[in-house]
Amino acid sequence: MGTKKNIYKKLFSSTFYLSAFTFGGGYVIIPLMKKKFVDDLHWLEEDEMLNLVAIAQSSPGPVAVNASILLGYRVAGLVGAIVTIFGTILPPLLIISAISFFYTAFRDNIVVNAVFKGMRAGIAAVIADVVMNLGGNVCKEKDIVSILVMLGAFSATFFFKINVMYIILVCGFIGALRVLMQPKTGPKEGVEE
Amino acid sequence: MILLQLFWSFFQIGLFSIGGGMAAIPLIQHQVVDLRHWLTLTEFTDLITIAEMTPGPIGINSATFVGIRIAGIAGALTATFGFILPPCVIVSFLAWVYFKYKGLKVMQGVLSGLRPAVVALIASAGLSIFSLAIWGEAGFFSAQSFNFISLILFCLAVFILRKWKLNPIFVILGCGVAGGAIFLLI
Repeated sequence: MGTKKNIYKKLFSSTFYLSAFTFGGGYVIIPLMKKKFVDDLHWLEEDEMLNLVAIAQSSPGPVAVNASILLGYRVAGLVGAIVTIFGTILPPLLIISAISFFYTAFRDNIVVNAVFKGMRAGIAAVIADVVMNLGGNVCKEKDIVSILVMLGAFSATFFFKINVMYIILVCGFIGALRVLMQPKTGPKEGVEE
Repeated sequence: MILLQLFWSFFQIGLFSIGGGMAAIPLIQHQVVDLRHWLTLTEFTDLITIAEMTPGPIGINSATFVGIRIAGIAGALTATFGFILPPCVIVSFLAWVYFKYKGLKVMQGVLSGLRPAVVALIASAGLSIFSLAIWGEAGFFSAQSFNFISLILFCLAVFILRKWKLNPIFVILGCGVAGGAIFLLI
């Protein structure tokens, strides 16, 4: 059981470490997870990673926590999921508990504000990098529907501020419809976008 | 019983916060400020500011903050537990469905539709953070709040990430230290 224990340890330390650096919203954890679990540890394929993120997004609750649960479950079953839940919630729990005693001083501290302002540029860069990789892969498939879904979903969320839940539902529906319509020869109408 | 109230309030927030942290803010405000009066509106605004400055999901940050102020460490743990319980149960169920049926053709189709959508959602979140980093609260292309140093930091960081595939955490920390030093000096 030594190896299993090692996997749990690795899961805990990885999710703890990633969660401690997930500044600026849940999506930041995705490039960090991709780097750690897809590129470094090779525990997942990129496609499966995106599947898990899609499921995490379809459920209530924070994306970072949901994605960690799915990842833990995928790698080491139910125990793995419990381990990753703790790994993910402990850093914010500890940090906020500590800060809650002097939060006004923290909020108004000029050093904290300056560092955070700098970190925002870094966070934006990390997300830009992962979007270039993932978006590039979608375009490389040369599948026109996928590219349209990507552009449509982007406009829906960024310009029209449509709730993510509806975007997920519609895009999943489009995907299912494509598969169901495939075998028929010459369907009357294509998938509308 | 205050712990039970904390649990129940954050349980409801956890259950209904679909669509990311921003969607959770009005729910948290409703429970914590309007319904239970655990925080004043000013304290709540401070909480959101702090949640944005510290790592972790806004829901967990709020649960911990409110819990510890109302009922100490036990309160923080209870509120956090209440908040993550609904997503844990629902995600576990979705995980079970996914791993059981991921071979099905329809499931493959659904997932192939979701993958490009997820990339789009990440891109949208990234653009919002980019706008915040370069133009601050004023939003895109406002000339007076344009921050040239942040833009240079951003470009350098993207270059380093793409060229040397450096660990993103070091890049974020590096930008924090370098940017922090520059902003304090000027």
